[in-house]
Order: sequence, then C-alpha cells, then structure tokens
Amino acid sequence: MTKRNFPTVTTAATFQIEYLRYLDDRGRAVTPLPEFAADPAALLRFYEAMVLMRSYDAKAIALQRTGQLGTYASMLGKEAVDAGVGFAMQKDDVFLCTYRDNGIQMLRGVTMRELLLYWGGDERGSDFAGPRRDFPVCITIASQCLHAVGVAYAIKLRKQPRVAVCMIGDGATSKGDFYESINAAAAWKLPVVFFITNNQWAISVPRSTQSAAATLAQKSIAAGMPGVQVDGNDVVAVHQAVQDALARARCGDGPTLIEAVTYRLADHTTADDASRYRPPEEVAAAWKHEPILRLRNYLSEAGVWNKSREEALLRRCNTEVQAAAQAYLDTPPPPPEQMFDQLYAVAPAAYAAQRAALLENAQAHGSDHAG
Amino acid sequence: MAQITLVEAVNLALARAMADDPEVIVLGEDVGRDGGVFRATLGLLEKFGPARVLDTPLAENLIAGMSIGMAAEGLKPVCEIQFSGFSYATIDQIINHASRMRHRTRGRLTCPMVLRTPCGAGIHPPEHHSESPDAMFAHIPGIRVVYPSSPRRAYGLLLAAIRDPDPVVFLEPTRLYRLFKEEVIDDGVALPLDSCFTLREGTDVTLVTWGAMVYETLQVADELSAQGVSCEVIDVATLKIMDMDTILASVARTGRCVIITEAPRHCSVASEIAASLADEGLLTLLAPVARVTAPDIIVPLPRLEQNYLPGRAQIHAAIRKTLEFA
Repeated sequence: MTKRNFPTVTTAATFQIEYLRYLDDRGRAVTPLPEFAADPAALLRFYEAMVLMRSYDAKAIALQRTGQLGTYASMLGKEAVDAGVGFAMQKDDVFLCTYRDNGIQMLRGVTMRELLLYWGGDERGSDFAGPRRDFPVCITIASQCLHAVGVAYAIKLRKQPRVAVCMIGDGATSKGDFYESINAAAAWKLPVVFFITNNQWAISVPRSTQSAAATLAQKSIAAGMPGVQVDGNDVVAVHQAVQDALARARCGDGPTLIEAVTYRLADHTTADDASRYRPPEEVAAAWKHEPILRLRNYLSEAGVWNKSREEALLRRCNTEVQAAAQAYLDTPPPPPEQMFDQLYAVAPAAYAAQRAALLENAQAHGSDHAG
Repeated sequence: MAQITLVEAVNLALARAMADDPEVIVLGEDVGRDGGVFRATLGLLEKFGPARVLDTPLAENLIAGMSIGMAAEGLKPVCEIQFSGFSYATIDQIINHASRMRHRTRGRLTCPMVLRTPCGAGIHPPEHHSESPDAMFAHIPGIRVVYPSSPRRAYGLLLAAIRDPDPVVFLEPTRLYRLFKEEVIDDGVALPLDSCFTLREGTDVTLVTWGAMVYETLQVADELSAQGVSCEVIDVATLKIMDMDTILASVARTGRCVIITEAPRHCSVASEIAASLADEGLLTLLAPVARVTAPDIIVPLPRLEQNYLPGRAQIHAAIRKTLEFA
C-alpha cells in the first residue's frame, strides 16, 4: 500500500470479536462454568437431549436409506448448538430455522413424528401442535432472516417480552437477505437473535471460499450490533451466548449475532456425497471435537454420569425414536383436496373445476407418471 | 363529495384502513416524512406515527420479507415498492414464502399482506420505472393480483386487499395516478376481489382490459358508439383470482372479443384470457379473439415510449378487424 501523508490520521472505528469456550475437546473446563452450569447435574438435560437428537438423526437417515423418507439433512455434529439454543428460548419466543435445526425444533415442542412427516413429504409436518407461532423449515437460504425482522418488529410494536431467534448457516452469510436483515434489525434495535451455525461447508463450498472475513461474527459490526463467536461443540458456551443475547433482546437492547464454530460431520443431505469434495482426514479430525463425547467426559468426570445411565438413556431414546417413526409411517397420506383447500382462506370458486378434475383423476388413476 | 385522483384514493383507503384497524402497518422506502415518491402515503406519518408508518432501509427484498414476518405475527402490513422494476427484487419472497405460508403450514401461519407498487408505462420516467409485471405475479399460486383503473375502484379494491386474509399484490397504474378525478365516498366499503367490473354494456364486441389501458379503451368505445358500434367494456381488475365467468358471459352475448393490455404479449394475462375463451367459449365466438398488446420487446426509455404503448389506433384497428370477420 502506498503510504499517504494525510495531515491528520485518526481511527474511524475499531472492533474485536470475543470467542467463548468453557469445555475443551476432552471435556475439561478451561474456565469456571457460568451460573446455569455451576451444578454439573444441571447439564444432564442438555446431554440427554443431545443424545436423543443423535438417535433421531440416525433413524431419519435409516428411514431414508430404506426408501421410507425423502431427502433428509443430517444434524450430526450440531447437537451442542441445538441443545444450547433450544434450552435458552422461552415458550413464547418465535423460532425461525433452516433445514438442519430439527434438534431445536424438538426442544421447542415439535414432535419427531411431525419432523419425519415433513421430511417424508407431507405439509402437515409443519402444522406444529406445539409451538404454533414458530416458522416452518426454511429451505431457501437466509430468507428467514427477513421474516425474523418482521416478527421482531411486530413484537417490539406490541411491547411484548418475546424474541425472534433466527438460525442460518455459514453459506447464508453471503446472501443479501442476511445483510439486509442484520442491517435493519440493528437500525430498529429489534428483539432478534441471529445465530450462524458455521459448520465449515455449504454443500461443497468451504468456509474459506465463502468469505475472506476472519470471522462471520464480525459481520455484525458493519450492521451495528454486537457479535460473538463461540465454540459450537461446547454446549455451555452456546447456551451462555444465547442466554446473553436473549436477555439483551428482551430488555430492549436490540439484536445480537452469534457465530458457532462447528463441523458438518455428515453429508450435506442424504442426496449428497461429501467424499467427492472433502478429504476423509479432515472429517476424521473433526470427530475429535464432536460435542456429545466432550460433554459426556465432563459429566462422567464430575461423577453425574456413568455407563449404566448411558445405556439406559440410549434404550429410552431408541424406544422414543422408534415410536415416533412408527407413528409417522402409520400416518396415511393427506387427502389430495388439501392442495386446493389450504391455498387461500376460502377455496376460490374459480378453481372448483380444477379441484374436481384433480380429485377425479386421483380416484380413477392414482399416480401413473414415470419416476 | 370530493373529486379525487387515483393516487389520492389510494391514500384515502390507506388512511381509512389504518384508522379502522390498528394492526395495519404501512412500510416502504420514503413512505414516512416524504409521503411516498408518488405521495400515496402523504399525511399517514403525521396521523398514525412512525411505529405504524415505517421508512425502511433501502432494500426491497427486506420490505417484502419482513412483511411476511409481520403478517405471521398477526399484523397487516401494506408495503410499498417504489417503482415497478424494483418489485422484481421481491419476487423470491412473494413466490417462495408469502404465497405458500398458509399452504405449507396447513393454515397455522398465514400471510395477510399487501404489496403495492406502481405499474405500467407512460409517465416518461427513467429505466425500470415502466414495467408491467402483472402476468409474472399472476402466475404465482396462492396470491391475489389486483390492478384498479379508477379512483373509486382503487379505494374499494385496496380496502378489500388489506382486509383479505391472504397476500395481495396491488398494482397501481402510474399513468392514471393523476390523469383524472372521480367522486369517491370515504365510506369504508370494499369492492369484491373476485369479480370483473363491466364498465359499459354493449352488444357488438366485448373489450376486455385492465390497468391504465382501461382509459383508452373507454375512449375508443365512446368513439365507436358515435359510429353505431356498441362495445361492452370489462375491467378485469382482479387478475388473480380472475372472474372468467363474467368475460365468458359477455362474449357469449357479443360473439367477439378484443383483449387490450400494455404488457408484452408472450405469456401475458391477455394470453390466459384468450386461452380460456378458446377452452370454454369457442362455440360462442363469431370471430377469432384479438389481442392488442405491447410487442415482445423491452419497454423503452421515454423517447420511444409512445411507440411502445398500444394506443387508440391499434384498439380501433383490432376491433374493426374483429367486426369485419365473416
């Protein structure tokens, strides 16, 4: 760079991004744990939830591989993020998610049967009986950030103590939707938390290609909101960061951007083969940081977990997941007329003939196309 | 009774809807202090305050996307996209999210939003200000597309759009914003969103049109009336969901139909109407259905604008040809 001789050189802005971590790869506390985790037993519910998520994930893949489920996006390796976020949110908050956030949805009260219905190709899977105001899975990348801004605006307008929590991946931070959203959320000081699960890969594109920024959290600086990077395999760090961000939002201090650094241990989806673009050594190395083993080591060391409890938990999870899978498989397909009847509040008379023709064809022929 | 312009009628309907329902929110670029670049939101900020009349950051995708979030939380956002060409930036949100929120959640979440945007050519503006995206929006399942052509219909249809429980794209004919005035009674009465407006009854030919071309079409009907030709003029107004029954019934009486639009021809709303006439009204036709449209070219900068827009001469010629068909 050419050195320029300005009469005065001052600094217009500086910033730093903090990195939060409590438990290292081997499950040892690198710093005293925060208040919510002071009693190791308080972390048991996190651990149990994470193990259930992994059981569900394995079952979903098994169902897909045996032709009983559609394309599915695995959450393998992301369980600390899901437990950390899910347990931090209040019932009345609004959750806006990607397709890889099923674990948080489970903690929000979406049933595994509903999740499997969705992946099984049935819109009724997004008609959650539990969290009625939560958004359905958003497939288009970063679109939900804009919805979160609107939700948070409505919350602020009504002076409610609620928060919108919006999940995205590392790839989404390259999109205009994301920038437009964090910019507006900060400008209006809205009660919203944007949470980036940086799992290093956006299908086949690595984090290094996605952005030259040293962290994704620092994108918050340009928007004018706080940002923090956390160890996304450390449930204690994730939970603490989300708690802080939710508290800020709830008391009117505006949005926060959190980047959780983790790794996508699975393929992008069941339709993907990650061995085409990433070396097996990298994946093997990433397994050393995975979140469940780390927390188990901590809990075992603290004397609140052991082999028999582990075995009992696995049995419990297995039973629960099997029951959900069976309930999903036992659910008959939706009646075809729902395609018309849920399009508008009142089914348009102008479509009555199309509706009748579709039903007649469905009854007479069913599906007779190739594929 | 006040004689007002179309843009004033839009303003009147917005004020009425906001006064009637505290959940109605107006948002967009320059809609607050500036009152909108066309002044459609004039005075709303002063009446309803900055929390309900939002100047947004300059991002159309944001405006559409956040409206979806607001609507899911029970607000009734009425967003303004400043110029027609900027509405393309919202299509991802409209097609991927607004249109299918009800369907994909089986009615759990809905999207009662209105996206207003000026539409059409003829006011000599810069590039991207003269677009006719009506067919593009009308192709999207799950939304309504409304396109008024007079102050009274702008008032009544906008009220209906705001009260409708589903997303509505509300296209406003820029060329008519201030072209003429009409008496509008601020009675809060909405017009139906599922029927055409028969503006003039006639027996020889049915002229089907919408948006700013309604103006020229009515002029032509007047001119032909003096020559003893009786034209029925239908303003489609609700391009989706469309009232084809009224058009079919009219054509069944006249046997002849000319469809007039300022949008390019290929895959236009005019094409859909012509196809529906072929499907369901063929045996009532005495002549081929004619379309008067813009050519399949890019809408030009102002110096050639008048060559681009279909005018009265083309409408006359099409009607003559239709009437002369054996």
